[in-house]
Amino acid sequence: MSDMPFEPTQELTREIDDILSRYPNKMAACIPVLHACQAQNNWVSPEVIDFVARRLDLSTAHVQGVVTFYTLFNQHPVGKHQVWVCRTLPCALRGGEDLLSHCEKRLGIHQGETTKDGAVTLRSAECLASCGTAPMMQVDKDYHENLTTERVDEILESLGAKLVKK
Amino acid sequence: MIEPVKHLTKLYGQEKSYTLDVYEKARGFSGIRKALSMEPAKIIDEMKAANIRGRGGAGFPMGLKWSFMRPHPTKPAYLVVNADEGEPGTHKDRTIMEEDPHLLLEGCMIGMYAIGAHACYIYVRDELHLSKQRLWDAIKELRAKGYLGKRPFGLKDYPLEIYVHTGAGAYICGEETSLLNSLEGRRGEPRLKPPFPAQVGAFGCPSTVNNVESIAAAPIALMMGGAEFSKLSRLHDVNDGGCRLYGINGHVNKGQVIELPCGPTINELIEIGGGVTGGRKVKAVIPGGSSCPVLTPDDVFHMPDEKSPLHKYNGMKVFDVPMGVDTMRIAGTMLGTCCITVMAEGTCMVRAALNLARFYKHESCGQCTPCREGTGWIDRIFHKIEEGHGDLGELNEVSDIASNIIGNTICAFGDGAALPMLGFVRKFRREFEQHIQEKRCPSNGSLL
Ligand SMILES: Cc1cc2nc3c(=O)[nH]c(=O)nc-3n(C[C@H](O)[C@H](O)[C@H](O)COP(=O)(O)O)c2cc1C
Ligand code: SF4
Ligand code: FES
Repeated sequence: MSDMPFEPTQELTREIDDILSRYPNKMAACIPVLHACQAQNNWVSPEVIDFVARRLDLSTAHVQGVVTFYTLFNQHPVGKHQVWVCRTLPCALRGGEDLLSHCEKRLGIHQGETTKDGAVTLRSAECLASCGTAPMMQVDKDYHENLTTERVDEILESLGAKLVKK
Repeated sequence: MIEPVKHLTKLYGQEKSYTLDVYEKARGFSGIRKALSMEPAKIIDEMKAANIRGRGGAGFPMGLKWSFMRPHPTKPAYLVVNADEGEPGTHKDRTIMEEDPHLLLEGCMIGMYAIGAHACYIYVRDELHLSKQRLWDAIKELRAKGYLGKRPFGLKDYPLEIYVHTGAGAYICGEETSLLNSLEGRRGEPRLKPPFPAQVGAFGCPSTVNNVESIAAAPIALMMGGAEFSKLSRLHDVNDGGCRLYGINGHVNKGQVIELPCGPTINELIEIGGGVTGGRKVKAVIPGGSSCPVLTPDDVFHMPDEKSPLHKYNGMKVFDVPMGVDTMRIAGTMLGTCCITVMAEGTCMVRAALNLARFYKHESCGQCTPCREGTGWIDRIFHKIEEGHGDLGELNEVSDIASNIIGNTICAFGDGAALPMLGFVRKFRREFEQHIQEKRCPSNGSLL
């Protein structure tokens, strides 16, 4: 962690202005702006929280409260890629839970953890609106559906993860 | 056998179905063009005649909801579209946003005009990146053509703007007041009702919140004529009109989303889904997302009142009765989102219940003690039973805990968590007891 204040890129500054233009007040921009800032380093650092609070005229306590409420704001650094395996019932009926333990084994980590080389953070997800094509997982912004363990291995390898031998 | 229709899904599967070009050739924006030539009150009448029951789960008539909006002397009005699609087992709204975003946007325009709003926010759950992208791209196309903006379609000085807003991962934000807080940049904690959104909604202003699929039905109903649209349904006579999307998931051979007239039976849906995997029998079906109590093939429909239009189904198996808002309520469950989850023989129902108990424990926002504590207790009890350390006393406690939640919370999440848990225990009590007596899971915890 650094003590340097968060410096938005020019592009991010423009994006924030654009976001602000959509709402009747600044507070409403809180979640989209947090997303935009998170995209810069993959997590919401205390410096990001300070920055967002100042930019939107909110208290840091408010922004902190928002960040802790939502699961998609990373309060700690995460891996280069994020993998979410859906484990809710409709997916579980088609092997979602087994898929999650398969990923844990192949990556050599538990859900919630990041591989040592920082390539992948593995997490479980609740229903991602893809139940008809279960089992499924989300990798960064992409959905992968109708998965098999072979396909999962291919995907994990394509992310640069070193797989533990079976 | 019920026949699929292609009103909402007309463009599904077509190349570049999500572009303005394809949309305009196929549908021509005739719904909003027609709307702009009508009195807003007349549009609302058409929606009432269309009998569009809210597609987000609660089944509230959309036309009636729109009619609650009253102009405010100083405040603007808002249309808010609920695209949070997070109810476990629900996978339909996403298909509209991905395959036909312009249909939703046209519906938003009609909705805004009808309720007196000039701005609309579509609240999309953050994970649906493709949906967000397709919607933003479509909005850009509309702006570039002047279809959105100061004078839509060059037809009327009635400014219209649509924005996509994103959540950040919280099931509870699908609840409409939680969604409004989240839209305002706050923690997504549900609000006490009243006031209802029509009085105090987004940014303290009168607002209407509708599901994606409800709004997407508006252009179709308006063009067809409300009454004609309603008549597509098998349940037209009980004011449950039109056609809608059905999802089929779980232990079926062909999981899918399909458009049908309202009122297919559960057995028909299973057949459309290619039957149960492994040629097995059905053990249980969750009719419309995990908050709807589970049904079994043995359940019988009771409507002894001869005056009821639903009396004709009295004594039939629930799986053979058309699924509608009222029929499912009478069957002791809910229609919900019309996406069914099928569980085959051999599925451990304790494990299934535990999976959902864990979900509700995880997703409770924690504002109300009965919900926060109760969902945790039920999860712990089911966990012990599944692991073989449960006891009967605790199993009996589940009913008390659930009754303590029901009706005692700020939002409907509480009931939506407690009722299905009660349902599992009541309908599969023998299986829970067997776990306790044998001190193990008789089906080795199988969900497959
Ligand atoms: C816990 C909970 C979650 C909900 N999730 C959703 C959702 O993801 N999408 C949705 O449209 N409605 C959801 N609803 C229903 C909304 O509160 C609201 O009734 C609906 O958006 C109204 O739209 P409709 O009348 O068009 O159905 C949820 C309700 C509750 C209590
Ligand atoms: S019922 Fe549950 S989810 Fe709803 S407000 Fe209360 S604690 Fe939150
Ligand atoms: S349960 Fe996994 S996508 Fe719905």
